[in-house]
This record gives sequence, C-alpha cells and structure tokens, in this order.
Amino acid sequence: MAVAAQVRLVNDVARHFRHLPHDEAVAGVVQHVRTFWEPRMRAQLLAAVDAGEDGLDPLAVEAAEALR
Amino acid sequence: MSLLKEPDHGTPARTSDTTVRVTVDGQAVEVPKGTSVMRAASLAGVAVPKLCATDSLEAFGSCRLCLVEIDGVKGTPASCTTPCADGMTVTTQNDRLADLRRGVMELYISDHPLDCLTCAANGDCELQDMAGVVGLRDVRYGYAGENHTHQEKDLSNPYFDFDPSKCILCSRCVRACDEVQGTFALTIEGRGFDSKVSPGMGEKFFDSECVSCGACVQACPTSTLQERKVVEIGMPTRSVVTTCAYCGVGCSFKAEMRGGEVVRMVPFKDGGANEGHSCVKGRFAWGYATHSERVLSPMVRESIDDEWREVSWDEAIAYTAERLTAIQAAHGPGSIGGITSSRCTNEEVYVVQKMVRAAFGNNNVDTCARVCHSPTGYGLKQTFGTSAGTQNFASVAKADVIVVIGANPTDGHPVFASRMKRRLRQGAKLVVVDPRRIDLVRSPHIEAAHHLQLAPGTNVAVVNAMAHVVVTEGLMDDAFVAERCEGTDEWVAFISQPENSPEAVEHVTGVPASELRAAARLYATAGNAAIYYGLGVTEHSQGSTMVMGMANLAMATGNIGREGVGINPLRGQNNVQGSCDMGSFPHELPGYRHVSDDAVRSVFETLWGRTLHSEPGLRIPNMFDAAIDGTFRGLYVQGEDIAQSDPNTTHVHKALRSMDLVVVQDLFLNETSKFAHVFLPGTSFLEKDGTFTNAERRINRVRPVMQPKNGKHEWQIVCDIAQAMGYPMAYDHPSQIMDEIAMTTPTFAGVSFAHLDEVGSLQWPCNSNAPQGTPTMHVDGFVRGKGHLIPTPYVPTNERSTRKYPLILTTGRILSQYNVGAQTRRTSNSMWHAEDVLEVHAHDAEVRGIEDGDLVQVSSRVGATTLRAVISDRMPVGVVYTTFHHPVSGANVVTTDQSDWATNCPEYKVTAVQVGLAQARTPAGVVAQDRPLPTPVAGD
Ligand code: SF4
Ligand code: SF4
Ligand code: SF4
Ligand code: FES
Repeated sequence: MAVAAQVRLVNDVARHFRHLPHDEAVAGVVQHVRTFWEPRMRAQLLAAVDAGEDGLDPLAVEAAEALR
Repeated sequence: MSLLKEPDHGTPARTSDTTVRVTVDGQAVEVPKGTSVMRAASLAGVAVPKLCATDSLEAFGSCRLCLVEIDGVKGTPASCTTPCADGMTVTTQNDRLADLRRGVMELYISDHPLDCLTCAANGDCELQDMAGVVGLRDVRYGYAGENHTHQEKDLSNPYFDFDPSKCILCSRCVRACDEVQGTFALTIEGRGFDSKVSPGMGEKFFDSECVSCGACVQACPTSTLQERKVVEIGMPTRSVVTTCAYCGVGCSFKAEMRGGEVVRMVPFKDGGANEGHSCVKGRFAWGYATHSERVLSPMVRESIDDEWREVSWDEAIAYTAERLTAIQAAHGPGSIGGITSSRCTNEEVYVVQKMVRAAFGNNNVDTCARVCHSPTGYGLKQTFGTSAGTQNFASVAKADVIVVIGANPTDGHPVFASRMKRRLRQGAKLVVVDPRRIDLVRSPHIEAAHHLQLAPGTNVAVVNAMAHVVVTEGLMDDAFVAERCEGTDEWVAFISQPENSPEAVEHVTGVPASELRAAARLYATAGNAAIYYGLGVTEHSQGSTMVMGMANLAMATGNIGREGVGINPLRGQNNVQGSCDMGSFPHELPGYRHVSDDAVRSVFETLWGRTLHSEPGLRIPNMFDAAIDGTFRGLYVQGEDIAQSDPNTTHVHKALRSMDLVVVQDLFLNETSKFAHVFLPGTSFLEKDGTFTNAERRINRVRPVMQPKNGKHEWQIVCDIAQAMGYPMAYDHPSQIMDEIAMTTPTFAGVSFAHLDEVGSLQWPCNSNAPQGTPTMHVDGFVRGKGHLIPTPYVPTNERSTRKYPLILTTGRILSQYNVGAQTRRTSNSMWHAEDVLEVHAHDAEVRGIEDGDLVQVSSRVGATTLRAVISDRMPVGVVYTTFHHPVSGANVVTTDQSDWATNCPEYKVTAVQVGLAQARTPAGVVAQDRPLPTPVAGD
C-alpha cells in the first residue's frame, strides 16, 4: 500500500528534476529524499526498487541506489 | 482593565516631508502639511465639537458643529475640512461659536427621539456627548413638528440593528462602507427632509450588497447602527485587547466585556494588521466560543464503537500517556506522532512539537499547514532563504501593480482586501490570475487590467511565460539581478526557451498570449509590482515550483526588498505562519532549521536534556500511509479536523481506523473525533494567553478574557501528557514558553510578552539586528545571501480530465464561513451560506440537463458526493467549483491523493470529475430534495 505511495511520490520528485543534466538530476532527487523523507519511506522505496516494482522512474531508481 | 477608548482626532493622519506650525487656543502645535485644523487642535489637546467627522474617514463637512475662527479668515470655517497653514492662529471657543453650535445641535435634537435613558447607546453616543459639550438646554422648535422618530427598524442583519429614527444623516456609515470597507453598499437616498440612509436600492441590510463588516456600525456616532448584543444586554464596562482567531490577517480587537460576558468585539485602531477595520467573522462570529455544544470534560473510550465516558483530567492524561507508551513499547519509538494546529497559539504549538521530539523521541510532528502553505515554505526557502512573506500589509499602499494569483482576498482575507481595494481605487493596476472570476476582477470602482483565466493546474506555465516575456523583451532589472542573485545564467537560458513563450503555452493554459504579454509588461515596467497569492498557488502538484516561479519573477524585475513590492502569501488560518515558525514540520526545528543540523540540534538537546533525532519524521499523508501499513499506530491531533479537511476522505478514514490510539484535542466533537479514543477539550481564543503570528510575520498578543472553560490551558494539557510519559516539562506561565522560543530561535531572539505588551506587535526577525522587528525583508541582501534563480519547468499534473471524468473541480472559500466551518457554522454566519454549492457554467449545465438549484452528483475516481448546483458564469466551461465548509457536502470525498511533488501538499485545486443530476427529472421537476450522503468509491 504505502510502497505504491512512495513510488508515486518519488516519480513526482524525479519528474521535477528531469530537466537538469543527468548527474545533477540524480543528485537533486537524492538530496530531496534525504531532506524530506522519513527513513521508513526510504526503506520502502529501496524495497520497491529491489522488487522491481512497476512504473518506477529510471531517475528514481538511480537515486535509490545512491541512497543505500 | 476599564473600557478602552482610543482617541479620535477627527480626520486621518497625513504624511508629509514638510510641517506647519499653528496655534490653537494659545497652544502651539507642529503638524505634517495637509493636516486639518481639527486634527491639529486635537493633537494640541483641544477637542473641537464634531459629529460628521471621525479619523478613520476623510472629512466631509456636513454637520457644521466644528466651526472655528481663524485669524485673517472671514466667517467660521469648518475645522475638519480646513487644512492648516503655517502661522495660522485658531480660536475654537468663544460666545459666537458657542451660539452657532447650540443652534446646530438644537436642529438635530428637535428631530431625535428623546429616549436617551433607555437608548442602547446611552453613555456611548456622540450626539448625547455633543449636546452636553455645547451646553444645549432647550429646544425652541418643540418636538411636535414633522419628524423621523417613528421610522421602522431594519433587524434583518443577525448582528446589528438599524434604527433610522435615530439617524442624524452624518453619512459616516456611507463613507465607512465606501472608504474603509470598499463595498459601497450604502447611499443617502432622497433629498432634503426625505433623505435617509439606505442599503442598496432601498433594500434591507441582509438583502443588500452589505458584507456585514461592521465598519458602518463602528463609524455611526449614534445608536442608529448598533450591535444587537449591546441592545440586548447593555454597554460593556471593560476591554481586553486581543487578536482574531480566524484568518491569517490577524486583526486586533478590543474584546468588550460586561462582567464575564463578551458584549462585542471592536476592531482596535492601533492593530498593526487592521488599523481599526474588521470582517464579519472576527467582528461578529465569535459566539461559537461559548456554544452549548462545546465539550468541557475530557472523555475516553476503549474502542471507537464504545460510548464516550467522561473522566477527570488526571485519568484522561494517565490513559493517554499509558496507551502511547504501550504502543511505542510494542511497535517502536516511531509508531506515534502528533499534529499541531494553526488555530492554536505559538506557545501551544511549540510545546506539542517539543512533546513529540523530546517525550515521544521522534520527529513525527506535522501541522495542518501541510495541506495549505507547505509549498510556500519550500519555495521561499529555496529562493530567498526563509519561509515567509516579504512585506507588511501596509506595503500594498505603495504598490503600482498588484498581481493576485490563486487567492480570493475579498472572501478569504477581507480586511487585507479592503486595504488592497483602497489602493486600487487610487489607481494601482490589477492583474488577477485565477480560473474563476473572483469578485475583485470587477467590483465597485475597480476593474482588473488583466484577468488571466487560466486552466486549473497551469500556474507554472503562466508564470514561466510571464518571466519569458520579461527576459526576452529586455525588461529584466539587470543591475538588481547582477548584484543580488545567483543562478542567473542557467535560469535565463531556461526561461528564454521558446517552449516557455506565451504563444507556446497558450493551448495548455487557455490564456491568450497577447493578454499574458501585456500583463507581464505591466508587471515589469509599472514601478512597484507586488504579488499576493493563496492556496490556488500552493494546493497543486506543482505548488512548490509555482512559489519558486513567482519568486524568480520578482527577483528578475527587482521587485523585492522595498515597500510596495514583494511576494506575499495570504495565509489561511490565523496562526499558519506561527505554527510553521514553531518547528511543526517533521524535518525542521523551530526557525526552519533542518533536524540534521548538529549545531541547531545541540541547542535544543542541551536545553531539553534529550538526544534528538537527526532524520526527518513523517508528514501527515505519510502518517496515514504508515498507519494503513501498521507501523504508525498512535496520533495526537491538536485542533484540526483531518477527517474532514484532508483529501481523499476514504483513505483518511481508513488510516484513522487502523490506529490503536487517536487523541483529539479540540473545542467540539468533530469528524476526526469519531475515530478517537481520547477527547481532550481545548480552549477558545477568548481563554488563551499567548501569541499568534499573522501572514505578515506580525506576532500579536492573544489575551484571555475568561478562565479556561475546560479547566486547563492547552499548553498545560500537553505538558501533562509529556510529564506522564516520563519527560519533565513544565512552565508556570506561557510567557516562559515564549522566552524559551526566544532563547533557541535567532529570528525570535528579541520577542517576549513584555516587549509585545510594550509595543503592541512585532514582525520577525526580531533580534539584536532588528530590535523592533522587520516590516520588509531582504532589503540589503537575501536571508540566504544571494537570491537563487531556479529553473521551474512546467510539469503537468497526473490528474487529467478524461471521457469518464471530463470536468475539473476546483475548491475555494466564502467570506462568511471559515475552513471546515466548526466555528462559523455555530454562528449566525450560516444565514449567508447555509450549504456548499457547486458552481457550474451554463454550457456544462445545459448539456447535462442541469438547472439552477438542482441537486447534482459530483463523482471523481475516488468518491462521489451530492451538492446543489448554481449556474454561474464565473467559471470557464469545463471547470466546476465548490467550497468545503459543511461536512455534509463531503467535498473531500472526491478530492484525490495527488500532491505537491516537494511537500506532499494535497492537490485540492484539480480533481477530474463528472457531474450529473442526482435525481431523475419528472415532468413536475426534480423529485427528491433529500441529499444522499457522500459515498466513497468501493475498494480504495
Ligand atoms: S456592514 Fe460593512 S459592508 Fe455592510 S453596510 Fe456596513 S460598512 Fe457596508
Ligand atoms: S446611520 Fe449613523 S452614521 Fe449613518 S448617517 Fe445615520 S447617524 Fe450617521
Ligand atoms: S480579516 Fe481575518 S483576522 Fe481580520 S477579522 Fe476577518 S477573519 Fe478575523
Ligand atoms: S465635524 Fe466638521 S462639519 Fe461635521
């Protein structure tokens, strides 16, 4: 349930950083998630990535890797 | 305190670089050029008799009571309309003047009922006072002639009476409605003996354009316009200066009391935010505070299916603490949290976040600002460095162009709207950016230069296009940007891209490119340009981006850092600004400092004696998700009805039902309390002792006029819970809480109750750099150093209209009601707005067979509700509009859980819906009038 919410949220974040050069965009998502997301939400995001959850923005997936 | 009477100098103050010296009855006085003789006399301590003059209004010169003699001037000029000239010598008292004045008074009194002893205004009537002052002893004309003393009263307004038999036709009421309120509801109808004050075209007050602001009642020198409560229970005997508990304007009032009972709330002339003006909510709709439905005893129950059981405070606190502790023991420290209220004082909010961080030991604290202005916090922090409006309200008087985006000030922030309208009548230009034609677009003596009627959800495209025009047409303030900003090259490159041009976005926004270009040119070139915005900016999936987009526009044109310009959020609730300042966000300690900042944490750790978490906590929507997941199981809610006010009601209800313990602290049982296990009665603003911070960062005192009816201050309740959970937290007085805030939060370092009591109010930052506060921010530099120009690409919302849901629903506010209506619905304000309605464009109505007044079903992807349709041309085709003041209409049953990408602020302003007749039409019309209950879509 909440996993789906984190996927939606991180995709929203990714869409708003996508205009930046690739590395900056990833860094932007990482920084955003670190600043505003509670650890439980971050864990669910990582779980979603691990589970190969559908519909994850590629930028979000890269950001998630950097969050590990 | 006895009854407070502010001085009335008769005519308004003037500002001028030059002063003139005059002598009044032998007293020399120096005043700014343009000051009236009457005002100069008053400042010299000489009160000239007057009836038609009062210093909130321009002089009119009709009563002739204020006649004076001026050396070298023929006749006896009216002192209210005569400006001082340097060297003038004025005489206000001699036999000739006394005779003239007695003659004037004689005429007035001969046509006035002589029932002073039984009149409601006895003791507070300027006519009575003046009769005494001029020494009237006899009326030569007798009282038998034709007169007005038997005219019928108009009792249609629920809050004030109009008794024309007492009217002296001074027209102060008419001028107050025009000049102070800007509604132009009153006229003097007829001529000569037949003249009379008339709302509209001979209508009753209630049926007229009158918005019940009370300015005319305030201005009336007699008992003609009189508060109903004064008529019923008599004149007050003492006053306490306090602050309105409704909207973010933060008006100061004198609560005028008779014994323990409030007689009336009178706007306070020295109030920094309102300067003596008010709206119907603050002025009249305070009866909820003592409403019989208020819960005054704590209550508990095991399960939400049980009946409530009244218990003692000790039992309620112990029960709450035990259950919270048990949840943490079973499910971990992060399994509980709290929500602070924008309706509570700074001190009450501060202790809640302290309880969560220190006693609960986590950062799971959030506030109702999450669902309104959290994007303001994000956007202004990124661009300017701090989360606050840049100006004071008075600044609008220096604006040459006023841009109102996604706000409806005449309904949401009425007293500020009156200031704004005054400036617009003086000639400032207006640009309105709103899908709906709000009243301001065309109102008496005001017409917007441009109304950019954009499609909901396209704010960012519009603001980018405006900035595109500024940059590509060479209208940027290059010197300002070079000196004050960073990120310029990237931003200029981004914004100049052709896809940001007005022509390129026209098909998305629906705003004609030529109109948008003209508006952008006006904003950039007309001198001082100020942006005011509301929830129509923030409550979108790109709310934070839009806030940054507006900040970019202001920086690029140099419209920041002086009076008359700036970026100004119009905050919804009275203490939204304050509750955010006080560290109510899960990632920020008081003063907007991130929890990961070791230095900041250590300040609090040292003082609080606990180690604090360096990771952000859960935001409200995340709490709901985690509750459904089973990891978040206990919630303390201070004065917010999340079950009604938060989007996607079904989801919220499910989350609340999933929790083991919900604690609600509020005045009334509300929708949220249906899911609660503990109800802790709160205090109304009339019982609170503390401070509210309004939308201009002004910290105002809230002073109690009565003891807490529930037996405990709200901050005490919170301290008791913390204490019972094993964390010692105690204060003797709320001023000590403010002292702690000042000690820990640099922007509040100079604030204390004593300082506030001395100066009235303070705008933060208030510290050694600005001991008397800061009316205008970012004057010489931005809080973050350089202002940051940040590219703001337009990313459309995921919420799109489809074949199944072809219309876009957007939401808003109405003047007489407030938020979820818990307060205003318990007052006579409901006479103006008894139910929420759905505004539908005639075209959309016609194709659906809907007629004005029909009950219609509004359905979205998540739920459906029933509302009465009102055919309106305020909305463009394809957009429908409603308010959410009544729980029965369940507007949030249909709103979805789309949210602002950065802050999770819900996207209340864009929901794809379908609308259809709720009941089949028979030949005789629509049958059933019973409104079915809102229904969620199954399976959420
Ligand atoms: S109450 Fe306000 S709006 Fe109504 S007539 Fe008086 S001044 Fe005008
Ligand atoms: S109603 Fe009051 S303010 Fe208005 S004209 Fe009559 S006396 Fe003056
Ligand atoms: S404008 Fe706002 S603060 Fe002022 S009286 Fe009205 S509701 Fe209260
Ligand atoms: S007070 Fe000056 S004419 Fe009435």
